[in-house]
This record gives sequence, structure tokens and C-alpha cells, in this order.
Amino acid sequence: MDIFKIIDKFQQIDGDAAGRLEYASRRHFMNKVGSKLASAAIPTAFAAIVNKAFAQSSAAIDVLNYALTLEYLEDEFYKGGLAAANLIPASDKSIFMQIGKHESQHVAFLVKALGAKAIAKPMFDFTYKGAFADVFSNYKTFVTVSSALEDTGVRAYKGQAGVLIADPQILEYALQVHSVEARHAAVARRLAATLLGMPAMKGWITGKEGAVPAIYAGEDNMTQGGVNIKGLASKTDAAITEAFDEPLTKDAVLAIAGPFIKG
Amino acid sequence: MPGSDVVDLGDGDFGVLNYAYALEQLEAAFYAKVVDSPYAGITDAEKAILTDIRDHEIVHREFFKAALGNKAIKGLTPNFDAIDFSSKAAVLGAAKLFEDTGVAAYNGAGKLIKNPEYLLLAGKIVSVEARHAAVIRDLINPKSADFAGDDIVDMNGFDKAVAPGDILSAVKVYVRETINGAHVGQ
Repeated sequence: MDIFKIIDKFQQIDGDAAGRLEYASRRHFMNKVGSKLASAAIPTAFAAIVNKAFAQSSAAIDVLNYALTLEYLEDEFYKGGLAAANLIPASDKSIFMQIGKHESQHVAFLVKALGAKAIAKPMFDFTYKGAFADVFSNYKTFVTVSSALEDTGVRAYKGQAGVLIADPQILEYALQVHSVEARHAAVARRLAATLLGMPAMKGWITGKEGAVPAIYAGEDNMTQGGVNIKGLASKTDAAITEAFDEPLTKDAVLAIAGPFIKG
Repeated sequence: MPGSDVVDLGDGDFGVLNYAYALEQLEAAFYAKVVDSPYAGITDAEKAILTDIRDHEIVHREFFKAALGNKAIKGLTPNFDAIDFSSKAAVLGAAKLFEDTGVAAYNGAGKLIKNPEYLLLAGKIVSVEARHAAVIRDLINPKSADFAGDDIVDMNGFDKAVAPGDILSAVKVYVRETINGAHVGQ
């Protein structure tokens, strides 16, 4: 085990870590090796740093548990779909097996990162209180919900980036998951477009176009960086809105996801 | 002489924005050429996708240029000599490389950004690049797991996040100027 690499890693998360450890070491040597009290100082300080590194700030824990809620939901959804007989055609199985695998990996990572602070898996109702009653028996409904969950996931992670700005390593993890959700969303949208006969629905989001219109509020935003960019580079509104994906607040996401969660 | 003209991206958040602007310039130039001289046997569906992507990259490029104002780097001179634009495999292979690289670049640059508004803007763009990457990969190998393949997504289900220095090394063959990104985000 290379302790300097570890300290380096912790310092990315806790900028003061190395400083505090250095202080502990200095005190240790000033008290001379052999003093039991002083030698105990290093492991104590080190344990505190380790704890800080993995426990994260309370803001980060909230974000990670929020992410875990959504990942539990997605993971269970694909497990249900892949287990249902005669739902996903053989031609599309590879796509959903890959998506499902990633959602399971995201859950496993978050559970491990949060440790004792991880929330328990809620009970889910994938019929969305009856709105998607045939979700595990009608492939069109399944793909509709898949595209909606993935696009919402992209918006949810994006909405938390700013909250994580003080936790650079957690921010990077979140970004790495965010873009995987966007890859999922693109293929799910293209499948939905074909199945539902929605030729205007593409892998990217034109205006507010999507299989479940209610979740795309704000995607047609044309103001970026405080400037209305309508007509930028003589491109259409369609192209401009496609070029930027929009975030959702936690409250908005939980309002969308709420009917899936039984508690 | 190739490489003798050095473009410095600058430091801090503007360095990150110039880094994004540089990558978007390359992507936009690549797709403009693809759409202007389509490969043999291109389908209408492929052409529509590649035209959409071209437009997104142009919007990204022009957005960064306007946002940076007088801090923007100059227009870069792309070098696509190594790409056979008449070959579908070569064009889609290069598109895949550019999109995956763009995703990894934005993911790796996120933690260098200090201003939350710029971070959000990068987030708004990176997911569009990821959508592009998935669609291009699905054109190359339809209905497979490749849209988010094990070659690019790791055992934790994470996409790549790559630091500016490594990204700039990877793309230097596609640009005539030498790009210095040593102070990006610092």
C-alpha cells in the first residue's frame, strides 16, 4: 500500500488532509518515537482523514442518496423488464442488458461509497399508479418508460453538478455516471421513436420532444449563459435546443419519480 | 512549419472554456466536411443524423466563441489528412473517436471549473456529446451493446474522465497548431 498515493487521493477531496497529517507526524517526531501517546496521534489523525474522505460533506451525502434512489428505480425497472417473458424482443436484448448492467453497477458503487449512510431500497410501482399498467407486458410501454427514466436521470444528475462543486472527486464520479445515462437515453429514445411512430423524436431532445411530454418542461430553453441564443450561427430553434440538455431540480425530479415509489 | 504556431488556452475557467472551444472547433469542422462530401452509400437517415450533429457542434463552437469574447483563442486549422472521407467506416470511426473524446474531456474538465454557471453549461453540453457518441456507435454496430460499450464504460458503470493534457495529446494529429493547455483550470 502506497501511503503517499492514498494521501494524495484524499487531498483531492479534503484539501487540508495532508496538512493535518503532516502536523500529526511532526508532533509525533517531536515527542520522540516511543512515547505511546504521541504515536497514537498518527492513526487517530489518519482515521479522521479517511472518514472524511469517504463520508463526504452532508451535501454530497444527500446528492449520493438522491442518486441512489434513482439508480435503485432504474435497476429494478430493467431487472423487471429483462425477467418478463416475451417483453423485450431478441433483437433489442443486448441494449437493455447493457443498460441494466450499468444501473446495477451504479447502485453497487453508491451503496459502497455511502456505507452505513446509504438509504434502503424503496418499494416501487412501475405502473406509475396505473398510467403504465402494461409496462412489463407491452414493449411499447416499457420503452416509453425507459426513455423517460433515462432522460430524467440525465436531467437529475445535471441539476446536482453545482451542489458538488466543493467535492471534486464526487463531482467527477457524478459526471461519469451522467454521460452514461445520456448514452442510454439516446438509444432508448431512438427505439421509442420507431416503436411509437414518432419520427420527430431523435436521440437528442428537440424542443420538448419525448415519449412522456410532462417530463421535458424547460428542455426548449434558448437562454444559455444568460444570453438568448436564438438564431445563433443561423441555426434553427430545433438545432439550438438539441445542442443543450437542461437540468431539473431535485424537487422536480422527485415529483416526476414520486408515483413510481411506494415507500 | 506544422506545430510551430502555438495556441495557449490560458488559465482558470477561461482556460477550460477555451479548451472546450478548441474541441468544438475540431468537431464542427469534421462534421462540416462529412456533410459537404458524404461518404459512398450514405443513407438519408445517416445524413440526417450527421447533419444534426454538425449543427449542434457549430452551435457549441459559436456559443463558446461569443461567451469568451476577447478571451477566445483564434480559429484553429484542422488537419484531417488521416481521415478517408469517402469511407463510411473511416468517417464513423473518426466520429466515434471525436465524440468519446469529447465526453471524456468534459467529464475530466468538470472539476477544474470554479464558476457553477460554467459547470452547468459544460453539463448541458457533455450529455449531448454522449448522445452523439451513443448514436454514432449504434450506426457502426446497430442494436448492440456498443452504444455504451465495455470499451468505454468501466466496471462501475462510469464513462471516462480524462485530463486536458491527455486529451490534447490525443487530438494533436487533427490540428495544425500546437495547443498549450498546461494552465487550464489553474
